[in-house]
Amino acid sequence: MQFMLLFSRQGKLRLQKWYVPLSDKEKKKITRELVQTVLARKPKMCSFLEWRDLKIVYKRYASLYFCCAIEDQDNELITLEIIHRYVELLDKYFGSVCELDIIFNFEKAYFILDEFLLGGEVQETSKKNVLKAIEQADLLQEVRYLFSSLGTSMLS
Amino acid sequence: MPAVSKGDGMRGLAVFISDIRNCKSKEAEIKRINKELANIRSKFKGDKALDGYSKKKYVCKLLFIFLLGHDIDFGHMEAVNLLSSNKYTEKQIGYLFISVLVNSNSELIRLINNAIKNDLASRNPTFMCLALHCIANVGSREMGEAFAADIPRILVAGDSMDSVKQSAALCLLRLYKASPDLVPMGEWTARVVHLLNDQHMGVVTAAVSLITCLCKKNPDDFKTCISLAVSRLSRIVSSASTDLQDYTYYFVPAPWLSVKLLRLLQCYPPPEDAAVKGRLVECLETVLNKAQEPPKSKKVQHSNAKNAILFETISLIIHYDSEPNLLVRACNQLGQFLQHRETNLRYLALESMCTLASSEFSHEAVKTHIDTVINALKTERDVSVRQRAADLLYAMCDRSNAKQIVSEMLRYLETADYAIREEIVLKVAILAEKYAVDYSWYVDTILNLIRIAGDYVSEEVWYRVLQIVTNRDDVQGYAAKTVFEALQAPACHENMVKVGGYILGEFGNLIAGDPRSSPPVQFSLLHSKFHLCSVATRALLLSTYIKFINLFPETKATIQGVLRAGSQLRNADVELQQRAVEYLTLSSVASTDVLATVLEEMPPFPERESSILAKLKRKKGPGAASALDDGRRDPSSNDINGGVEPTPSTVSTPSPSADLLGLRAAPPPAAPPASAGAGNLLVDVFDGPAAQPSLGPTPEEAFLRFVCKNNGVLFENQLLQIGVKSEFRQNLGRMYLFYGNKTSVQFQNFSPTVVHPGDLQTHILSLAVQTKRVAAQVDGGAQVQQVLNIECLRDFLTPPLLSVRFRYGGAPQALTLKLPVTINKFFQPTEMAAQDFFQRWKQLSLPQQEAQKIFKANHPMDAEVTKAKLLGFGSALLDNVDPNPENFVGAGIIQTKALQVGCLLRLEPNAQAQMYRLTLRTSKESVSRHLCELLAQQF
Repeated sequence: MQFMLLFSRQGKLRLQKWYVPLSDKEKKKITRELVQTVLARKPKMCSFLEWRDLKIVYKRYASLYFCCAIEDQDNELITLEIIHRYVELLDKYFGSVCELDIIFNFEKAYFILDEFLLGGEVQETSKKNVLKAIEQADLLQEVRYLFSSLGTSMLS
Repeated sequence: MPAVSKGDGMRGLAVFISDIRNCKSKEAEIKRINKELANIRSKFKGDKALDGYSKKKYVCKLLFIFLLGHDIDFGHMEAVNLLSSNKYTEKQIGYLFISVLVNSNSELIRLINNAIKNDLASRNPTFMCLALHCIANVGSREMGEAFAADIPRILVAGDSMDSVKQSAALCLLRLYKASPDLVPMGEWTARVVHLLNDQHMGVVTAAVSLITCLCKKNPDDFKTCISLAVSRLSRIVSSASTDLQDYTYYFVPAPWLSVKLLRLLQCYPPPEDAAVKGRLVECLETVLNKAQEPPKSKKVQHSNAKNAILFETISLIIHYDSEPNLLVRACNQLGQFLQHRETNLRYLALESMCTLASSEFSHEAVKTHIDTVINALKTERDVSVRQRAADLLYAMCDRSNAKQIVSEMLRYLETADYAIREEIVLKVAILAEKYAVDYSWYVDTILNLIRIAGDYVSEEVWYRVLQIVTNRDDVQGYAAKTVFEALQAPACHENMVKVGGYILGEFGNLIAGDPRSSPPVQFSLLHSKFHLCSVATRALLLSTYIKFINLFPETKATIQGVLRAGSQLRNADVELQQRAVEYLTLSSVASTDVLATVLEEMPPFPERESSILAKLKRKKGPGAASALDDGRRDPSSNDINGGVEPTPSTVSTPSPSADLLGLRAAPPPAAPPASAGAGNLLVDVFDGPAAQPSLGPTPEEAFLRFVCKNNGVLFENQLLQIGVKSEFRQNLGRMYLFYGNKTSVQFQNFSPTVVHPGDLQTHILSLAVQTKRVAAQVDGGAQVQQVLNIECLRDFLTPPLLSVRFRYGGAPQALTLKLPVTINKFFQPTEMAAQDFFQRWKQLSLPQQEAQKIFKANHPMDAEVTKAKLLGFGSALLDNVDPNPENFVGAGIIQTKALQVGCLLRLEPNAQAQMYRLTLRTSKESVSRHLCELLAQQF
């Protein structure tokens, strides 16, 4: 995988993960172009599209689009399930995850992603193992902070 | 639904994020951010030392600001400080900041590397993982230099925790991708392969990715992974849906790992070990079987995971391309998906079938789905799916279905999305050319393309149709007729005007006999479009007009009138003005012969890869056009047109002893191609005072006679006679020139010189001619002799010129003649048996190696005379080669200093039609063409 982008229906970027070296300018250009392309697509259309020399795999969960760029030989369907597994991990961690969770706890979203995908490849597919790694950090927490009423779940 | 922010919530951060979200405008957001930046800056610069929590909070805010798209130019040092915190969450934020905002500040890199080094050595697995994640996320060369040597050790160390091994494997992968030279191969590689056997599925999952990448560059070092991967895969696919516990995903055991293992196997050919291969084939069959089982869950995740494995399995089957059963099963499986209600599956099935179409085993099976695919092209709502359908039609196209597919694509083009029209146009153009059996279909198809999608027909496409029409005599008349009809449409696309203008300018004469398309009608039709066209098209049409003046002298006055009009002669566009002025002058000044030479029909274009194909490749990236350019192994498409010319064997019966060129199968053309009297008169016309008119044959005719003989009179007028005697051997020749003064008065300053025009243009000597000087005076009635020694260095096209200047009675005389030295003089006849001849003939089957001309007999068709001419031409005459005794077959070798060119020729007279067909095959394109030109003028 070359990169993963999470963005809202309004086109706001919520998370970006780049597995290939690119300049900030290029990253911004790619993001702008892809957000536009994906948002222009209709709901029933297929989840894959060719873009430059990459394949884009995307899926919408509630108000968020998850969008991955993979290479020619990579498997589209399994990438779709990478996205789903990541959503499940977020959901399990936050408990009915929604866009606001990712906005306010963006660092957590990155940590979870790092446990799941590293260098653009799947590192650990077991939900239990990924969350175990993240929970370890939480055992060491200094402050507990409650944040409430964060909107509706993405998996609902 | 209480949403709990677990871990260490940072209240200040949450407030800041809320503030940003509440900003009503971009300006407000920037203002709030600047305020925050100022605040953080003052905190970082303040005298009071910040505690870890505050540092973490501010670094996190900076990160948030950066991720919003703003520049951050400070805070790096504070982030680096966090790396050495003992608190996990502080360390974590420090690493995250570094991963996202790497700065190649060398001082900082040193500090970062130091922190990473400490964490890697800490033996605390969570810290080690954080450090490894950071290296993997940054992946820079500096990191590689610092750690590439350590990570393999961590990866294979017996006491490394599983999670550390996983991170180390993928960290190494990232470093290897970035700078492979920094990752040393060593004894650890063997141990990495054995991670495929690891108990921990997560370790295997991570290790397979690393091995897949490493084995691409060092396949032999990692060969042992094949059997390990097969046994691992076999254990997974045969396990029950719950065996793998948390590694089972929606009732599918370890889908990610399965896909990765199947990818790894695609790095190698099929296993050599029969047992391993048997086991693998079993696995593949199991996957195909399971795909047919009823789903264990209605969830899309179940079917996606299952089908991800299925598609990867099919990729492996296609990669092996050796198991016909599996290929056909794969094709059938995909065929079911073509009508699946999931758009994603239809898309992938179309995509995957494209590669199946290029296998000889499954090409036919793919073809059976043609109707479904055509239907997809018509009815799919999603343009990307339609695009896949178009790709698949292109891939499955062969001679048997080309007409259907091309016509469907043309129909689709009328409503196709603008985004893919150009690509469809290119594909149609390529298929039409590649599978054209008769070229009239090709011409029709391209003209249809212009009619339907003229705006998307790029230059490459319409250039190509002109090249093909120019190179193929048999379609020129049809093309002229068809463009003429197409141009009658009230509104036709400008590209049609271009193609029409060009073709009529070249071949309009072929339809001029019909009063409905008489020259004036052709002209006024073209000219009616003129004013609506762009400058480029008008320029092209002006060239057509001057060509018309040559083809149809009766249009001269009208066309000159057009050229003379103020709108042309004083056109604001320089190019148009220049063309109008020059063409007008040319048409008024030059004689018919000169016009005929200047405006001669375009010579055939050299064959090369279709520029359209190149364009499609550019558009789609490498491999896109592979179905076409790699000579698919499909037996039904062995008859790929290498270029424009079909090989003769496909035209006639395949038996080599039968009619080689299938002349009898093809009726003689209705009209001979426009004969353009090429000549060397240009030299005379533009070279100062004209020589005295010559007696008898024109210099050109005389020159042509010498093609098949070595002795005779080259030139004669009232003053001077020039005789030639010559002999040639191998690549050498000697020529005696005899200058006879026919008058009674002495010629003064008599100076005959030989120049080779090619030298001036190319500076490459193809002929070396040594001339002995002759006396400057030639008495009345006397004859002087000049000797030329000639050496042929390489093949050449233009003969040397003999320029003779002298004064006769005080008046300067000058004439320039072509010396009768042509490439065929260096022929060495070669006798060979029929069998050898056919073998060589077949060896010279590239389209560019062959030159062919069909022409009308200019002399009585006498077999003995023909024989003498062919022998005089220099080739050996081979009897009992051609099954038709009327035909002549010859062979010889052109000897030059640089190279030898083997030549085969065949001349087929058709007494009834009073025509000949001449075919030359040599190993050199230019030689074939030139010999063909020369010889064709002899009969």
